[in-house]
Amino acid sequence: MQVYADNAATTKMSKTAINAMLPYMESIYGNPSSLHSVGQQAKEALEAAREKMAAILGCEPREIYFTSGGSEADNQAILSAARTGARKGKKHIITTAFEHHAVLHTLKKLEREGFEVTYLDVRTNHNITAQQVQDALRPDTCLVTVMYANNEIGSILPIAEIGAICRASGVPFHTDAVQAVGHVPINVHEQQIDMLSLSAHKFHGPKGVGALYCRRGLLLSSLIEGGAQERGKRAGTENVPGIVSMAAALQESADHMEENAKKVSAMRDRLIAGLSQIPHSALNGDPVHRLPGNVSFCFEGIEGESLLLLLDAKGVCASSGSACTSGSLDPSHVLLAIGRVHDVAHGSLRLSLSEYNTEEEIDHILCAVPEVVRYLRNMSPVWRDLQTGKREYIL
Amino acid sequence: MALYSEKVMDHFTHPRNVGTIEDASGVGEVGNAKCGDIMKIYLKIENDIIEDVKFETFGCGSAIASSSMATEMIKGKSIHEAMRLTNKAVAEALDGLPAHKMHCSVLAEEAIKSALLDYFQKNNIPYDENDFPNSEHAPQCE
Repeated sequence: MQVYADNAATTKMSKTAINAMLPYMESIYGNPSSLHSVGQQAKEALEAAREKMAAILGCEPREIYFTSGGSEADNQAILSAARTGARKGKKHIITTAFEHHAVLHTLKKLEREGFEVTYLDVRTNHNITAQQVQDALRPDTCLVTVMYANNEIGSILPIAEIGAICRASGVPFHTDAVQAVGHVPINVHEQQIDMLSLSAHKFHGPKGVGALYCRRGLLLSSLIEGGAQERGKRAGTENVPGIVSMAAALQESADHMEENAKKVSAMRDRLIAGLSQIPHSALNGDPVHRLPGNVSFCFEGIEGESLLLLLDAKGVCASSGSACTSGSLDPSHVLLAIGRVHDVAHGSLRLSLSEYNTEEEIDHILCAVPEVVRYLRNMSPVWRDLQTGKREYIL
Repeated sequence: MALYSEKVMDHFTHPRNVGTIEDASGVGEVGNAKCGDIMKIYLKIENDIIEDVKFETFGCGSAIASSSMATEMIKGKSIHEAMRLTNKAVAEALDGLPAHKMHCSVLAEEAIKSALLDYFQKNNIPYDENDFPNSEHAPQCE
């Protein structure tokens, strides 16, 4: 049995999304900037996609800018707000310690340019409170950038409350919503979000396409110079097939959000209950405010890469925050940020589900994971030391 | 998975010589849990011959495969031959390791040397300190 449980990394494209893009590769392949009819048909499709996405997200079509994906949207949002802030002498930014690298590395770059960044502590409940944002605000704060939901551990952050605080203080609020869009209800107007990043391939759309919502009135600077596409904020011929497909995928996700979330979170809860039975393990992430599809655990005494390879041999595709899977020597910054020590963070496993998963697949995972954990623990000197009392259990 | 050679996958999924030796002549442990790699080697030595060898490893696929291969390579050999085992030989026997996984083979060589050192010291056998360099070159994860 082949079980794909790595939907936080990327998802399978839906039939709807695939079918939506085909005409824009086969017949309506014109450049939206061209004056002829094939070009204008492509332009119409592009604007229809923008309208569709704006209606779902609760904003105006002109507030949607198409990008190459979530990372580009994050970069553009943060650098734009920083540039605006710097002009007013405001060089302080608030974020969390467990943001995606697209956010963290952009902020590191700004720190080298003289910005000051406050990283909110995420150890309590593996989440933050809106109060933490309130307390961190300063007269020179030019941006609050807080992810909607965490990609590794699934915590959903109090976005509407943070939005209200930022709006009241007049500080722009950006959220990296790559993991949330298409999975949980979002309305940028009601939640008082000023900028939001999204990526199509996380909700059964194609890879290499995403969008940035930027509230009218906020200054957006372009990362890529060239033609006047996207109202001069993002040069380059638009990825029309990708954009049309993304809008179709988002529409489909929005139309079935409630039933999908119900189905997926039931499978998630069964996995969490089952894997919690493994001794000396711990759930990562907020147990209550949690993405429907996220299951994240640390297992003491084993290492994540060997766990993934053995699960793969049993047909289960998953991911881990261990150092060996990242190519670096340190385990995931997210697991360290929530307070997991190195020894334990190396033994992490993330299973991320979608509505395409089945109850039978959950049975298979619930059989495979404990077996592999037991097998690896049996050859682990760390586990032996834990069992013989030479080393103290952390979990 | 194309990350590893078939040999690595074979030794990882069917590791040889896993376990412990109760009355081991020498035991060596290298690495640390913080870095995500620990190897422990147990040797049973009689008349300068490695009669038996077992290992326990906490680590990634290539760490487990390197331990398994290294134990196969010294089993039944003299302690002098075991002293000459290099990490390169372990990696070659596995049909190669990805560049960022070479330290796993280094760990295997060091674990065996550490177990041999333990044996020499326990039995007051003279040895050349230069044969046992400090494992300072192992990757640091701090």
